[in-house]
Amino acid sequence: MSLAVGCRARPGKSRDNKTGSWRVFKPDFNQEKCTHCGLCVTLCPEGCVHETEEGFVAPDYTYCKGCGICAEECPGEAIDMKQEEK
Amino acid sequence: MMEITEGSHAVAEAVRLCRPQVISAYPITPQTHIVEALADMVANCQLDAEYITVENELSALSACIGASAAGSRTYSATTSQGLALMFEVCFNAAGMRLPIVMSIANRALGAPLSIWNDQQDSISLRDSGWLQFYAEDNQEATDLHFLAYRVAEEHSVLLPAFVCFDGFILSHTYEPIDMLSQEDIDRFLPKFTPYERLDAADPISFGMYATPDYYHEFRYEMDRALKESKTIIQMAGKEFGQMFGRDYSAMVEGYRLEDADTAIVALGSICGTTKDAIDEMREEGKKVGLLKIRVFRPFPTEDVAKALAHVKRVAVLDKNISLGAKGAVVLEVKDALYSSGIPIKDYIIGLGGRDVRKKDIKAIVALVEKDQGDIFYGLRREVL
Repeated sequence: MSLAVGCRARPGKSRDNKTGSWRVFKPDFNQEKCTHCGLCVTLCPEGCVHETEEGFVAPDYTYCKGCGICAEECPGEAIDMKQEEK
Repeated sequence: MMEITEGSHAVAEAVRLCRPQVISAYPITPQTHIVEALADMVANCQLDAEYITVENELSALSACIGASAAGSRTYSATTSQGLALMFEVCFNAAGMRLPIVMSIANRALGAPLSIWNDQQDSISLRDSGWLQFYAEDNQEATDLHFLAYRVAEEHSVLLPAFVCFDGFILSHTYEPIDMLSQEDIDRFLPKFTPYERLDAADPISFGMYATPDYYHEFRYEMDRALKESKTIIQMAGKEFGQMFGRDYSAMVEGYRLEDADTAIVALGSICGTTKDAIDEMREEGKKVGLLKIRVFRPFPTEDVAKALAHVKRVAVLDKNISLGAKGAVVLEVKDALYSSGIPIKDYIIGLGGRDVRKKDIKAIVALVEKDQGDIFYGLRREVL
């Protein structure tokens, strides 16, 4: 058998699923408007928005599905959803 | 040891000998005496098993899934609407590759409400990935449980199995049974060794999400395992025969078929009636034989083609109907005999507990000889 019998998985398998490939709209973070409130970090359902070393926030596009919650919730309207060219 | 036992009680005794660790079932209609007898055995310390009472059949099989994933040999029984309520769970049990064994005392599906026998319930789950064994009598019904566990738990198979035996006609009938002993079964059926199991120290999830990139392949592997289980069935059936004298290595069984012109194909208890009818017709000089199908999934296509290659015509008795098409058995038989040129006729018979008598079998043979068939047999005049 070549696949996991019965589609069984050990913890951490969601790392292997690069859900970024699902994305149609890509969040574009405008660091000048960002107030570092951290709402996008809290609300991202994939948990893929992180604080960078410079104190800004940035999504991990490997896993970002482009759901748009961050853009919808950002109080400073610092995030734009832009159609992605692939 | 020979015992005169009711079918349901004989099956319960066979299940006890298989040493299931978890039994989960819904006790009310449509249920049989099997799980009632097992509940007594657990309460009387004759069987060391966890007996889980649940609120419906969907939960009964779901509990079996959990217990099987945790590494237990599990058992349930149901029929008719109870099996229909398990539909979703049946596909999950097979997809998670859990070797659960479940007895199906075949009964009709509502509406209209019926508590009587036909095989629509298990046949309707033919595509779910479960192995399907059909018993002709209560001896076979008990023996097939030992075989079902043995085959299902093989690591090259890892699929759940139905043991089907006709409701009322077998489940509520007293017959002499050669009941094997615990020592016998312990020799034939080793302790369950799970392929993988739930373990808090090494967490694992069953039946995870598969994207379109992989789902197709998971279904392929289930189909391959089911088809390859034929070899395991033959091997285990042969070993059973060597140990206890009843050989179940053949997935189909011919009766007076070698020189037959007309072959009847059927599954379940109707085969017994058919054999008696054949004996009488043979005395009248009619060359009629029976091909009994014991294993419906995996379907023994090559065996059917080989067994029927020499006959002049085939009459298939279907105790089910794929409404808008034909009976499920005839479709398989036609597939097996495709391009053979042998005429094959279908007879939908005995739905919802309508008795099938020897004279009905003889009437069907007369019809197929006249090339008349693909009908509901014995319809009341008012619908014609």
